[in-house]
Amino acid sequence: MREIHVSAITDAVKKLCIDANLDLEPDMLRAFDRALATERSPAGKQVLQILKDNAQMARTKLIPYCQDTGFAVCFVELGQDVRITGGPLADAINAGVGQGYTEGYLRASIARSPFDRVNTGDNTPAVIHMDVVPGATLKLMVMAKGGGCENRSKYKMLTPADGPEGVKDWILECIKTAGPDACPPLIAGVGVGGTFEKAAILSKRALFREIGSPNPDPALDAIEKEVLERANRLGIGPQGYGGDTTAFAIHILTYPCHITSLPVAVTIECHAHRHKEATL
Amino acid sequence: MITIGTDGSKDITTPLSDADVESLKAGDRVRITGVLYTARDAAHGRLMPLIERGEKLPIDVRGQIIYYTGPSPARPGEIVGSIGPTTASRMDKYTPALLKLGLKGTIGKGYRGQAVKDALKQHKGVYFGAIGGAGAVLSRFVKKLEIVAHADLGTEAIRRLEVENFPAIVVNDCHGNDLYQEGMKAYAR
Repeated sequence: MREIHVSAITDAVKKLCIDANLDLEPDMLRAFDRALATERSPAGKQVLQILKDNAQMARTKLIPYCQDTGFAVCFVELGQDVRITGGPLADAINAGVGQGYTEGYLRASIARSPFDRVNTGDNTPAVIHMDVVPGATLKLMVMAKGGGCENRSKYKMLTPADGPEGVKDWILECIKTAGPDACPPLIAGVGVGGTFEKAAILSKRALFREIGSPNPDPALDAIEKEVLERANRLGIGPQGYGGDTTAFAIHILTYPCHITSLPVAVTIECHAHRHKEATL
Repeated sequence: MITIGTDGSKDITTPLSDADVESLKAGDRVRITGVLYTARDAAHGRLMPLIERGEKLPIDVRGQIIYYTGPSPARPGEIVGSIGPTTASRMDKYTPALLKLGLKGTIGKGYRGQAVKDALKQHKGVYFGAIGGAGAVLSRFVKKLEIVAHADLGTEAIRRLEVENFPAIVVNDCHGNDLYQEGMKAYAR
């Protein structure tokens, strides 16, 4: 049994929160460059160029890429041969979020109750999704999830008869209704199958895949490519000012589902796609 | 006051007059110099009861522009942290009443509802888009910042910003034009 002390987890989460907000991943920077090469709209091109500059400024001047430094969504893969010592795992993760957001000059954006709306002051708590997996390591995947795009995420229970065409149309509908509100170019994380909550969690988890990488399942890859192509014909464009780059990627994860069901959850993610991982 | 720059952008100096607003068209690129007041959900929630009771607001909105934003904290030695726009439609419920009081402009991102578009026409107002998610770049145009009301709201407090050449684009003008609709129509395939 390998032991991991909570202090190592807190330190790791703290660093992941700060780095995610200041240092956009290289796959996003490549996506900006690809879009700049194909975008026809002058206003759209200008937006893409400014977003590239913004990423550079965030990294060099240590100013968060976006003022909405997000809800800390943390996917944890805990090896079953690991024993956590020194306290509860969830407390260690939340301590890391609190320290990261406070010491990293990140915005506190969490209300302690949906009804009284009082800010918790340090962006805690995180939303934690925990899986126990084989092995003796602990994998931490942190996403700083913006509120503007999250507000445009949607769920629909389709019927088996709606089939793949129904799924494609629904993803497209989500991108279209998100429009300028969600800071396009967008990424759609899609969870298909399972139950109501399983589909939603998959739609978040799908966002961790590298932008521009193919889906390992060829059938899903074909759906992703078709929906992306259709999304970029909508004309919404960067920031909704009109253009060819409405979405950067569609990422689909699936799970077996009940014979009566075809659940589809779509998490809408903005171009401020901030996430980092670490393995202890 | 509005002048036209050599690059075709319009240079706006606050406050705005009705004539200034009437000269702006959806799609115009602008650079704003002067004062912006920040307010988002919670601050609007505090202003509304005052408006309903006919009481004085903590800021005089006549001729002014409200920027929908909640900045991230400033590092030591900096004026502000990241400061990009938030989704404007969440403030739709409050905007017509503020326009009626003489507010001339709002800055945000995303669609406005029909009631806001109607109020822009009726009271001569304009809705600007700033680039959402470009908060680091936009912070460089802020030259001064002070909290003027509701400090307890933290990032949602009302701040008075002094900005120089703050870049934005006219999304909804007072003539009923909408950049989002026009842009989408031009590029849909």
